[in-house]
Amino acid sequence: MIEALVGLLRFAAPVAFAATGETVGQRAGVINIGLEGMMLGAAYFAMLGSLTTGSPAVGLLCGVGVALTLGAVQAYFTLRLAVDQIVVGTALNLFALGLTSTLYRARFGGSGQLISVPRLPQFGPGLDAALVALPVLVVAAAWGLFRTKWGLALRGVGEYPAAVEAAGYGVARLRFQATVVGSALAGLGGGYLALGVTGSFAENMTAGRGFVAIAMVTFGRWRPAWVLAACLLVGWVDSLQYELQARGLGIPAQILIALPYVLALVVLVAVGKGTAAPAALAVPYRRER
Amino acid sequence: MKRALVTVAGLLLALVLTLAVFGVDVRQGLSLIAEGAFGDKFGVARTLVRATPLVLCGLGMAIAWRAGMYNIGGEGQYVLGGLAGAWVAKALVGPAPGLANPAVLIAAALGGALFAGLAGWLQVRRGVQVVISTILLNFTALQALSWAVRGPLQEPKGQLPLTERLPDTVMFQRFDPQTDLHAGVFVAVAAVVLTALLLWATKAGYLLRLVGQNPRVARANRVDVGRAQIGAMLVSGGLCGLAGGVDYLGLIGQVGDGFSQNWGFLAIPVALLGGLDPLGVLASGLYFGALMAGGEGLARFNQLGPTLVYVIQAVAVLGLVALNARSRPKPVVDDD
Repeated sequence: MIEALVGLLRFAAPVAFAATGETVGQRAGVINIGLEGMMLGAAYFAMLGSLTTGSPAVGLLCGVGVALTLGAVQAYFTLRLAVDQIVVGTALNLFALGLTSTLYRARFGGSGQLISVPRLPQFGPGLDAALVALPVLVVAAAWGLFRTKWGLALRGVGEYPAAVEAAGYGVARLRFQATVVGSALAGLGGGYLALGVTGSFAENMTAGRGFVAIAMVTFGRWRPAWVLAACLLVGWVDSLQYELQARGLGIPAQILIALPYVLALVVLVAVGKGTAAPAALAVPYRRER
Repeated sequence: MKRALVTVAGLLLALVLTLAVFGVDVRQGLSLIAEGAFGDKFGVARTLVRATPLVLCGLGMAIAWRAGMYNIGGEGQYVLGGLAGAWVAKALVGPAPGLANPAVLIAAALGGALFAGLAGWLQVRRGVQVVISTILLNFTALQALSWAVRGPLQEPKGQLPLTERLPDTVMFQRFDPQTDLHAGVFVAVAAVVLTALLLWATKAGYLLRLVGQNPRVARANRVDVGRAQIGAMLVSGGLCGLAGGVDYLGLIGQVGDGFSQNWGFLAIPVALLGGLDPLGVLASGLYFGALMAGGEGLARFNQLGPTLVYVIQAVAVLGLVALNARSRPKPVVDDD
């Protein structure tokens, strides 16, 4: 029973890490469409790091480093140049997909052989260090966002940046900090996918998980604990589909899988105009001249 | 004109740089790509067939983004177009095969249009941003596809998760039995002309551009901003859905899980590099279609291949936006 629960947690963890970081980012008005690319880049370099050094911990750090690098590129474009976040995010996704697929083919051949790298060491009922860190990070994100001055300013930047600027904070600085948190956690999620879940890498292995994470932030109403719950729910539904098929129950699995996304949309619609979504989400900020 | 020249030079630079960074001999790489893209009739056909969905979806993106609607649901709209087309085909192939081809195209466009229109309506009337709703709708469309090809639309034997193959009479005509080139490319060309007319020669197109550039001015002049935004999403989704229908009728005549090859996402850089202008989209769609076709040629001689195209697209987009941002800084107008 406990092992099944831990298995579920491990399965949901890559999305949960990324979604926690994305919650912080979106609260500051930064929508990271490039989340998918950050996770994918992190997964490849985490695998490579673990393979070459033999240490999964170093691999995980490599993954976080790559995601942070991509985050820095994103920050330069969206904050310094005030380029649209969605344009930059889309480009980062393509960049990471092309880069990792090309490097993977060049290094390991397109032969479809499965590579196996050292995974994170497990203890107890299948736990590992990253899994233990996940709830801690979620609590830290919630505390930081809702119980600190920094979090108040950050959320202000997501709602009405001009007011925060008037109060003496730097909008770009706060959004940069949110981007750093978001990219680091995206890297952790991608790295964990390679080193905690599969112990391997495949082309485009994230397969939309970055977008799932963005959707879960919406579904969890921009609150870290609820976002984690949403990720676990989706992971559970995903694992349920095989059981459903095996038992031949009348409900098509696809309807169950689509349900969280439809529900997220319905909740957004029902609650109505922007009561939960940060008002300045995805809006570039330029100081008045 | 100057902008177009800069873009073309930038695209070539991105290609050369990417090849060099990945350790490909640049001259050999370029000639292999050119060979694969234009070398013979197979290459030309490959280029045009790849460019068709890129151009159609790219036009869709251009229309929506011009109106300030960040539609990133091209993928879902493409899938829904194919799905709606397959639905109509199943109903019509038996009783009225002569009508099936145009009916599939209409259904595909309608399916995509309604799907995107829903996202537009949600933003205008309910304040749910298109960026968020289209991500959610993409997942929904993929699951709808997965369900339909295992349920109501599955081929009669019920063995594979695919729809029944269309008879050749319903599919687009092929110009040469050896290549995939089909009459659907004319749909893309017609769409370029029509969207260019819509944007530059009609009042609706003018309002659409105005709303995208400055919603405040539009509102102050009593323009129904919401109507223009929803309209842009309808046209945008219609074009992406049409792309799905054209690929369905032109290529394999079947719809299955892997129906969309990321066309909806790849179309975004195509639209951006085309300057959100229909003629520009045509040019950049052809360029990337050729790169994809040529990349397959490259893949036969070394380990690198079509995936390099993504890197080139990304580098080109980032270079272009950086250049634009540096050359003409303008204050960002916030909406309300």
